[in-house]
Amino acid sequence: MASEQDKIISEVTASDYKFGFHTLIETDTLPPGLNETIVRAISAKKEEPEWLTEFRLKAYRHWQTMKMPEWAHLKIPEIHYNDIIYYAAPKRSAKYESLDEVDPELLDTFNKLGIPLEEQKQLAGVAVDAVMDSISVKTTFSETLADLGIIFCSFSDAVKNYPDLVKKYMASVVPYTDNYFAALNSAVFSDGSFCYIPKGVRCPMELSTYFRINAANTGQFERTLIVAEDDSYVSYLEGCTAPMRDENQLHAAIVEIVALENAEVKYSTVQNWYPGDRNGKGGVYNFVTKRGICRGDNSKISWTQVETGSAITWKYPSCILLGDNSTGEFYSVAVTNNHQQADTGTKMTHIGKNSKSIIVSKGISAGLSQNSYRGLVKVLKGAENARNFSQCDSLLLGDKCGAHTFPYLEIDNDSAIVEHEATTSKIGEDQIFYCNQRGIDTENAIGLIVNGYAKEVLNKLPMEFAVEAQKLLQITLEGSVG
Amino acid sequence: MKTLTEKTDTVNKYVTLFHEHQEEIMDAEPAFLSEMRREAITNFERLGFPKKKAENYKYVHLEPFFNGSLETRFAPRKLEFDIQEMFRCDIPTLDTHVLLVLNGFYYTTTGEQLVEQENGVIFGSLNEATARHPELVSQHLGKYADYRNDPFVALNTACAQDGVFLYVPEKQTLDKPLQIIHLLLSDENEMVQHRNLFIAEKHSKAEVIICDHTLSNHLFLTNSVSEIAVAENASLDVVRMQNEHNQAVQITNTWIEQHRDSTARHSTITLHGGKVRNNLQVKLKGENAHCDANGLFLIDKAQHVDNFTVIEHQQPHCTSNQHYKGVLDDAATGAFSGKIHVFPDAQKTEAYQTNNNVLLTRDAKMHTKPQLEIYADDVKCSHGATVGQIDENALFYLQTRGIPREEARLMLMYAFADEVISGIREEALRDRIANLVSRRLRGELSRCDNCAINCYD
Repeated sequence: MASEQDKIISEVTASDYKFGFHTLIETDTLPPGLNETIVRAISAKKEEPEWLTEFRLKAYRHWQTMKMPEWAHLKIPEIHYNDIIYYAAPKRSAKYESLDEVDPELLDTFNKLGIPLEEQKQLAGVAVDAVMDSISVKTTFSETLADLGIIFCSFSDAVKNYPDLVKKYMASVVPYTDNYFAALNSAVFSDGSFCYIPKGVRCPMELSTYFRINAANTGQFERTLIVAEDDSYVSYLEGCTAPMRDENQLHAAIVEIVALENAEVKYSTVQNWYPGDRNGKGGVYNFVTKRGICRGDNSKISWTQVETGSAITWKYPSCILLGDNSTGEFYSVAVTNNHQQADTGTKMTHIGKNSKSIIVSKGISAGLSQNSYRGLVKVLKGAENARNFSQCDSLLLGDKCGAHTFPYLEIDNDSAIVEHEATTSKIGEDQIFYCNQRGIDTENAIGLIVNGYAKEVLNKLPMEFAVEAQKLLQITLEGSVG
Repeated sequence: MKTLTEKTDTVNKYVTLFHEHQEEIMDAEPAFLSEMRREAITNFERLGFPKKKAENYKYVHLEPFFNGSLETRFAPRKLEFDIQEMFRCDIPTLDTHVLLVLNGFYYTTTGEQLVEQENGVIFGSLNEATARHPELVSQHLGKYADYRNDPFVALNTACAQDGVFLYVPEKQTLDKPLQIIHLLLSDENEMVQHRNLFIAEKHSKAEVIICDHTLSNHLFLTNSVSEIAVAENASLDVVRMQNEHNQAVQITNTWIEQHRDSTARHSTITLHGGKVRNNLQVKLKGENAHCDANGLFLIDKAQHVDNFTVIEHQQPHCTSNQHYKGVLDDAATGAFSGKIHVFPDAQKTEAYQTNNNVLLTRDAKMHTKPQLEIYADDVKCSHGATVGQIDENALFYLQTRGIPREEARLMLMYAFADEVISGIREEALRDRIANLVSRRLRGELSRCDNCAINCYD
């Protein structure tokens, strides 16, 4: 049985990337390279105001003084920043009124990805701001949202239409000096999403945006800003797939969330970018800075992520719990296969009194991959009665992969209660045996066990996403797609 | 060990010191040792001290302590004092071979530098052992502690002159525990480096108790290295009691290498100490080896204790348990960093690690960093860490049974510490430590208890 199981595991771990295709759309690109001229050119192309150009330049100058961080448990090949194209926009960037006007090839791309853009309006009730290579192509449901005073648009539109809001909140959570990739993003960010929920408004639908890296050699530098005013609520979804490509693609995004008094923001991600082929060739480098600040009392930020793609993932969605009684949550499933490497986790900074945080991280490694959890729980002196619970479990499928845990607990308050637990194990043979005995074959049994293992996190995803996430895990596990 | 380091004036100071005293340091010693010293000092010059915020030294920056005006000696100094009067170990029921190491040099009142027993067991001065048994020492010295990549080990290797040597030959048992008392006594501020080497050959058994004490109120900086080799099916227990005054800085580096079916137990009990950094590196190099590493610290005022462990599971079927606890009072700060490293193909590994801490005041601070690095799939590994305070419910329960709150609090704290103490196997020692801890918790114990000079903290 053991050999059969090994066979299935090897089949499972050998399955190829399902979403590998490349749409041929004319793109308007700047020459590759990074210097002040390019930064200015990006800014000029996007018709940005002076202050933003200055911000980019400041960030660029600061970036030049920084060094690539080496502390992560990752082997990152050298990145040639001067070979990357920093701006690519679909050429026909005119605004469309209806779907008929949209490039049919583009629509086809979305259809292949399983995003029924035309249907979604009526059926799913999800407003989609689809981002394809940096420029927003279509924004739906804006009108419905506008009635409630909710702003949900592309970042460049927000700069044009709501400069005061952008100016007030942009870089307030992740300053351009924060880290190497945040500085790079601040200098060259192309587009992204902006979301503003006014006071007392509960957003009636899940907001979602699909990112997709398309043109070859284009690093994508998204920037997302979500602001939730007092007593508001929003659930935001982000999901991504990228086509097959041989050269590594760099993705350095920034997500900033601001939650004011009694506000709640739920941010969910499904990430399935191209992880490289079986020999570790190609794949996306995903270096993302995600951070939310619970600025007001009783506010809450919740991160949920399902990470299955990317050759290298370097991502730590974090919460700064500044307000009293504020809550931070982090739920993560990270699956790595073949030569993938992931170093992901979270940072919970407790500043406010009675602030609470919970961390649940489930790592699954297969093939030759390395999967690390790295997290920091920091309780500052004034954070009376702060409470944290962290749980990190790792599951190993195969004897060539690695699972690592690097938690940091820094406690500066005696009334704080902080707990951390971690386990590492392989799939239980007795569990598989039990399933076999009940007539479930080994392949399905592994699927069942892994899904059950990840359930705690998958349950936190909104309905629309849970299905997709489960499908992703299923694909990895069944080896059905060759 | 990877550390971010930098070359500074302090580094140059010690490199210069080495070169100036080279002749004195290498006086009448075998060539292999001098060769090793030269290599070590070159490594130290290259490595430098760990930088501020270097990952492995994130919560304690040690370099400034090396900067002060400290005397460093490469030969023992004549000190007029009566050891019997100055210091008496008060574990009367404990029958041990007592060895004294004074300021890093082996000290004997009888003139006997090295004891060689009939069954082949050797213990005594490392310096003397190197002279009398160069072949034996050269086989082991510098083979376990990594003086190529660890700056503190490199500095120690280059400069250390003496320490304790223990050799237990095949199939022999050390008749009673070896008790090593490291005493620090001086009339000036001093830096002390000493080195211990314990070798347990196949199927042998030994117990070692190490006590670190300060006897005078001067600033002491200790950088000690202990190398421990546990061969096939051998068993070695080490208990270290640290009881130094609040201005002492102590860096201990313990490197243990274990072979097939061997057992090693290492406990560190820190009762007092200004700044303490304990590095413990265990390499499980044979199948079915077992290692227990425990630690307990009870600190107050502005003390800092930093326990750093790395346990490498290099072979299948090994087990390890780590249990570290800390009680922090006043403005004390503590740190724990423990790593379990499971090598590829080290299947059936079982490795557990627990770190629990109690903060008693608002100003106390604890940093903990339990880490797992696992490259094999059929393993059972877990770690847990908690930082909190005495459980209010438990306190309330005891109060309902008529126990006063303060007494209940002490009971709970004692119970908290007892988990580590109960792991010590030598009964007399366990009772003694339990007693010390209990008095320490009540605030009745000062480090001066077993010292005749009643100098002031």
